[in-house]
Amino acid sequence: MAFFSRITKLIVYSSKKLMSAFLDLLPILLVISFFQLVILQQPFPQFYEILFGSTLVLLGLMLFIEGLEMGLFPIGESMAYALAKKGSLFWLLFFSFALGFSTTIAEPALIAVAQEAARISAESELIGSSESAKSSYALGLRISVAFSVGFAILLGVLRILKGWPLYYLIIGGYVIVMLITIVAPNEIIGLAYDLGGVTTSTITVPLVTALGVGLASVIKGRNPLLDGFGLIAFASLFPMIFSMLYGIVIFGL
Amino acid sequence: MENILQGFFYSFGATMKDVAPIIILIVGFQIFVLKKPIPNLKKVILGSILVIVGLTLFLLGLERALFPVGNLMAEQLSNPEFIKKHYHNPESWLAYYWIYLFAAMIGFATTIAEPSLIAVAIKANEVSGGTIKKWGLRIVVAVGVALALALGTFRIVTGTPLYLYILVGYIIVIIQTIFAPKKIIALAYDSGGVTTSTVTVPIVAALGLGLSGVVPGRNPAIDGFGLIAFASLFPIITVLAYAQIMELLNKKKK
Repeated sequence: MAFFSRITKLIVYSSKKLMSAFLDLLPILLVISFFQLVILQQPFPQFYEILFGSTLVLLGLMLFIEGLEMGLFPIGESMAYALAKKGSLFWLLFFSFALGFSTTIAEPALIAVAQEAARISAESELIGSSESAKSSYALGLRISVAFSVGFAILLGVLRILKGWPLYYLIIGGYVIVMLITIVAPNEIIGLAYDLGGVTTSTITVPLVTALGVGLASVIKGRNPLLDGFGLIAFASLFPMIFSMLYGIVIFGL
Repeated sequence: MENILQGFFYSFGATMKDVAPIIILIVGFQIFVLKKPIPNLKKVILGSILVIVGLTLFLLGLERALFPVGNLMAEQLSNPEFIKKHYHNPESWLAYYWIYLFAAMIGFATTIAEPSLIAVAIKANEVSGGTIKKWGLRIVVAVGVALALALGTFRIVTGTPLYLYILVGYIIVIIQTIFAPKKIIALAYDSGGVTTSTVTVPIVAALGLGLSGVVPGRNPAIDGFGLIAFASLFPIITVLAYAQIMELLNKKKK
């Protein structure tokens, strides 16, 4: 009997989770169906393929969210507690930098954007058009972005420790972005603005958020809501600054 | 069947590449610096496996189903023939109204399904003791992305310079920051960065490049960029605005 009641519980639990993942996905399905059937007035291309793909997305989302609360959040928080308890500023900052740098340098979206940027810059004759010139430009861009994300997380963690108000730093960052925009070469501006958005991957966000909130809840006098968030904001701001600087260094003013 | 398996292993490999540096870093730190085992190790490992497998299936499904359809629709909607059929003067920016609407709706929809936003919403709900609702935050952020993409596609069609929009956006954020409730500021800034990851970026990039390839006088290399930047800026504005409106309403009640 106990076995059956466990199975029933599991089924009820999973179908609840599946339902909530379905609600997450529903808007996309509605928008696509509406435009396909009502506006474009065309039948679905490869209907079964879409159905199958959506099922995979649904299952994937359900497993991801389940694993988030079981694995990623607890890891981020326990690292924050353990590092705060150890009391070594060096290791805490080292960890923060390494987390930002290592998750960004291998980020597939960043690799794709950097290659695209190299291709475009070679076409507008800003850099040499040989393969080696392009790949060294792309690698330089990736390294400066990864470095900037590492630096962003490091500074963000330092902010949580010291209790500096976030908005001064962010507004200061915005002012720097605006000033650099004035002098930066036109070719890099659009790219640099977009780079801010692509650096924060699906696995980095929960980890970094848990780290910030965890730190803000162990350190006395910090409020998790006021001080715990903000790391992601830094990680989207600094790549803009660093990649524009990289553009200035490479292309000249 | 073989194709599916191949796809699964390919996207599993990509996810592993993404996760490997994090695993190395955390394990290295536990062994060499902290010298203590992770609490609840079994559960954490199981959770991490779920995350990796889940993300693999998620990406695989997106690549097989949603991205091809999204790209195809962006192409069809910006097709000159489709535009001529719906508007008498294809030269005018108004002729692209279905594009603006599609951009807004697909931006809203993909943001709702964005896993990293779900993660931040769960955390914000937990930390605020339930005052910040998970769906509330996600909807407000999604509205921000919808506005961003509608305006972003309008910018591509008209060919106005990107940096002007961004500068104005920053000034609005700075003014809002001065007046908004202090508690929401950090979360609002963060919601800018989380909107644009797995689901939104590929569809948005395809839309931007496709559109700038079709509109006469636009260069994909210069005009195709910028949609992602808009999508990271506008959610900050809508989240701050939402908090300000709620505060005003609460004051009126009292």
